[in-house]
Amino acid sequence: MSERETMEYDLVVVGAGPAGLAFAMRTKQLNPEVTVCVIEKASTIGAQILSGAVIETAPLDRLLPDWRSNPPPVSVPVTKDEFWLLRDHASGTKLPVNPPQMNNHGNVIVSLGALCAWLAPQAEALGVDVFPGYAASEALFDEAGAVNGVRIGDMGVARDGTHKPGYTEGIDIRAKVTVLAEGCRGHISKSLIKHFDLDKDSDPQTYGIGIKELWQLPPGRGEAGKVVHTAGWPLANDTYGGSFLYHLDKDRVAVGFVVGLDYPDPNFSPFEAFQQFKHHPNVKGLLEGGTILSAGARAIIEGGFQSLPKVEMPGAILIGDSAGLVNVPKIKGTHQAIASGMLAAEHLVASTLNPAGWDAKLRASAVMSELKKVRNIRPGFNKGLWFGLINAAWETVTGGRSPWTMKNHADWSSLGKLGQYETPTKDYVDRTLAPRDRLASVYYAATEHDEDQPVHLKVADTSICIDRCTTEYGNPCEKFCPAGVYEIVQDDAGKRLQINSANCVHCKTCDIKDPYQIITWVTPEGGSGPNYQNL
Amino acid sequence: MKILVGYKRVVDYNVRIQVKPDGTGVVTDGVKLSANPFDDIALEEALRLREKGVAEEVIVVGIGPADLTAHLRNGLAMGANRAIHVQTADAVSPLTAARTFLKLIEKEQPGLVILGKQAIDDDANQTGQMLAALWDRPQATFASKVEIADGKATVTREVDAGLETIEADLPAVITTDLRLNEPRFIKLPDIMKAKAKPIDVIELGSLGIDAADHIKTTHYAAPAKRTKGVMVKDAAELVAALKQKGLL
Repeated sequence: MSERETMEYDLVVVGAGPAGLAFAMRTKQLNPEVTVCVIEKASTIGAQILSGAVIETAPLDRLLPDWRSNPPPVSVPVTKDEFWLLRDHASGTKLPVNPPQMNNHGNVIVSLGALCAWLAPQAEALGVDVFPGYAASEALFDEAGAVNGVRIGDMGVARDGTHKPGYTEGIDIRAKVTVLAEGCRGHISKSLIKHFDLDKDSDPQTYGIGIKELWQLPPGRGEAGKVVHTAGWPLANDTYGGSFLYHLDKDRVAVGFVVGLDYPDPNFSPFEAFQQFKHHPNVKGLLEGGTILSAGARAIIEGGFQSLPKVEMPGAILIGDSAGLVNVPKIKGTHQAIASGMLAAEHLVASTLNPAGWDAKLRASAVMSELKKVRNIRPGFNKGLWFGLINAAWETVTGGRSPWTMKNHADWSSLGKLGQYETPTKDYVDRTLAPRDRLASVYYAATEHDEDQPVHLKVADTSICIDRCTTEYGNPCEKFCPAGVYEIVQDDAGKRLQINSANCVHCKTCDIKDPYQIITWVTPEGGSGPNYQNL
Repeated sequence: MKILVGYKRVVDYNVRIQVKPDGTGVVTDGVKLSANPFDDIALEEALRLREKGVAEEVIVVGIGPADLTAHLRNGLAMGANRAIHVQTADAVSPLTAARTFLKLIEKEQPGLVILGKQAIDDDANQTGQMLAALWDRPQATFASKVEIADGKATVTREVDAGLETIEADLPAVITTDLRLNEPRFIKLPDIMKAKAKPIDVIELGSLGIDAADHIKTTHYAAPAKRTKGVMVKDAAELVAALKQKGLL
């Protein structure tokens, strides 16, 4: 076989999200001579990014001081903030006072997908090469063991691993520094965190799953700029989570639901909880008669301050949610992603492309002090909703100056076993709103994978699924996956795991929540996956 | 020989088409746009003919607004030698497209024009046939196999009865069907090379053709929603239900 083709850059960025694009743009602003490319697995920029999204604009103001005169296509200033506590399937109360972190005055509702699609051409105008449709399959190392680039996945490989007629070998991109901006649970970040043992001094990382739909309401029903969050029903007291309703312009509303992946109930389905929430009387009337424009799901990184791994390693750095910078009480990460991307660019340009010192720089920055202040709020909810709320109030009043730091625990370890965990009674209702089920939801995600390609969800030992998991946990993969990828099917040979990988929306929940940690999500052929519109 | 290839940009085939609430068109804001799949096949065929030594130059042609450049760069990255961008802010009907191609043919004198059999946005399936008529040259539509030798194209066509093989004198117009080939993947270094390839920009208005709309679109509407099914208990109830609907 001939030598792989290689391209060389000073900096290669993996992932064209807000962190990666802000990093690339800031680098070029500071030193146009530095060569930068950004590779992105989605076929078009923004097609595989999903967020609420209400954003704080301060970092964007610094990156592009003039952005308001050329705003992203979806950009609606917040006009009204509400917080509802849903007691059960029939009743809910609006809190008289909004939790302070939930005060969104001055913030803007955007589509993060549209924001990235709007940033990318501006990055290109600064001289950044942006390559959508190319998935980084693995990190490359030099002889000394430092990261020196990434390999692009081969294209045109059949399911059985043989080469199809159009087979095209992926090239190697070699760079002085590899910047990982893959977002939450990126698979190269995950492998490098393990390889360099970057998390040895931090708590385990924790996650949530967010499921979102964009609805077109009947004319006149939307209240552009209105922001609503809820807590409570249909989640049990032992499960952290809540919803959001963001009113965009043109009678569009983004409705979504977030659940902490440390939930204990093995029979719990985040997708079903979201669909139930939509049928609460406070919500259903808003959506009824509307249509879904787009839908998707994505894991959210929630570990924050105490779970932040070391963010530098020989030849590479972590930024944005590859590092894990979401401010959970604010339920915002975009401003942190942009800020960390810009800060990393400033560090690398000043250090003439040396990753050393990035970890210290990030930890000394405002990005980290913001996370430190709220570090105890999310773990407080591990003791239930009410303790969580009271603890959150304490931490907020004291500005996070408590002398303690609560511990985080790995999400996969939190599942209760069948028979040992008592599933709470659910007052679920009959559903009428779309989508009917997860397959109907996948249709709105417009996800597409060539069926004839290797399965990109690697299950190390499928015998565990049948021999142990069925009896111990009842195959929670069938419930936590929002796209119906995992199915235990019965055929002549007995029960077996079927992986419908073509449905995958790249949320990475399985990689996180599987209790045996035998599922590994890897990138499929470049360009495959969901095609979100304005999520 | 030069080959001219039509390279239209359409709403991507994976996108769920949404009609604008006011019925004036379909939503294209925030929607992924990509090459018409049949045009990708046309370009692939032209590139293969060039690789076989039958042609020396492959030119991709796009008609559309200023931001069409990025789309044409994809065609260049796939391997076309150069691109022609006929610029217009308006949507173009098949007849206008055919007249535009005729003007470009007069200038470029290609030995072959390969177009997609239809674009997946308007599904008109007219441009190739109209162009052949205006140009007064042979057409070979719905091609699933193309061979070029001795100034002739031998083309296998997908027709209702099966496959039909015809011979056409060059220059001619060929339109592509799905099974003609499988377009190649674009390699990253080729995207960089494409940045240096030339794109000629011509204003549609400067070509001196009649670009008036001959067809008026009154409105767009989504297909009617399927009504909910009814479960019947047994065959007798089914027969009764069908009779009631006047179907039996």
